Amino acid sequence: MGLENQLVGDNVLVTSLNKLVNWGRSNSVWPCTFGLACCALEMIASTLADFDISRFGSEVFRPSPRQSDLIIIAGTLTKKMSVMVKRIYDQMADPKWVIAMGACASCGGVFKSYAVVQGADQIIPVDVYIPGCPPRPEAVLAGLMKIQEKIRTERLDQRRDFKPGMLEIPTGN
Amino acid sequence: MEIEKALIALSTECPDLGLKRADRHGMPEITVSLESFPQVMKTLRALGFDMLSDVVGIDRMPRPVRFDVIYLLMAMEDFSRLAVKVEVAQDREVPSVSGIWNSANWGEREVFDLLGIGFSGHPDLRRILMWENFEGHPLRKDFPLEGKDFDKPFDTETIKDYF
Repeated sequence: MGLENQLVGDNVLVTSLNKLVNWGRSNSVWPCTFGLACCALEMIASTLADFDISRFGSEVFRPSPRQSDLIIIAGTLTKKMSVMVKRIYDQMADPKWVIAMGACASCGGVFKSYAVVQGADQIIPVDVYIPGCPPRPEAVLAGLMKIQEKIRTERLDQRRDFKPGMLEIPTGN
Repeated sequence: MEIEKALIALSTECPDLGLKRADRHGMPEITVSLESFPQVMKTLRALGFDMLSDVVGIDRMPRPVRFDVIYLLMAMEDFSRLAVKVEVAQDREVPSVSGIWNSANWGEREVFDLLGIGFSGHPDLRRILMWENFEGHPLRKDFPLEGKDFDKPFDTETIKDYF
């Protein structure tokens, strides 16, 4: 958010601000509107009233990668599509998280073939893997809660945009 | 249009066909030689088969004449269908019919992409399903299922496509 970078001089404030920021982030994880195969239907089902992903603050599926925090690789990732998936991931602004949903996105699944990438982690870093073929919406929600858990326990120096020396107290004041 | 009438008309239009007739699953199929193929297709179009619904290629690998290419025709007048089969050796090309039916353009591209059968006279013969720098033709019987470099880490930089 940038605010915490301005306030790093005060350790007590940083600790509690960290918690506040993480709490806010973990309850507003906006996923990218992005599906590849049959897993996408289960992902869509998890947004509907029966399973209601908005209980976790993630109902706002963004049509633009620049507005989303989470990309769910929902389905078989073919080599031809992998170029576009990588581009979408690169367009997302930090902080960003990745869920590999289902057997195909996790390891290639049954498609041990020339056309399929053997796991989304070959092209982008994956935070949570959801097993299943396809996983039920409950499993999608469980995966989302794992992401929330990860965000809530994250420290400032574990961020991807962290640079060494960012948290040091300036001397000479 | 009645198929029998059409086939009689076809054999009067093109006498030296070497035409073989077979009915499979209720669908009439004729086998023509590669030489008479363009003339047969032109005649069938004139006889009323105004839609080409699919182009199919089959690899019959142990057979000396390796490939089959099957054109599935349909007459919109009464929805009668006809399959036209032509046998192609590995070093031969099929004359393209994309000048007769526009839908042959993508159908022949697909057969070229997956089986490597050439189509002479095709306006835009390049891959349609696989990416541009893919090596080999994956539906050939001698293509390894896992492809090249399967056990190595995958890099998106290796994929070049018609973007």
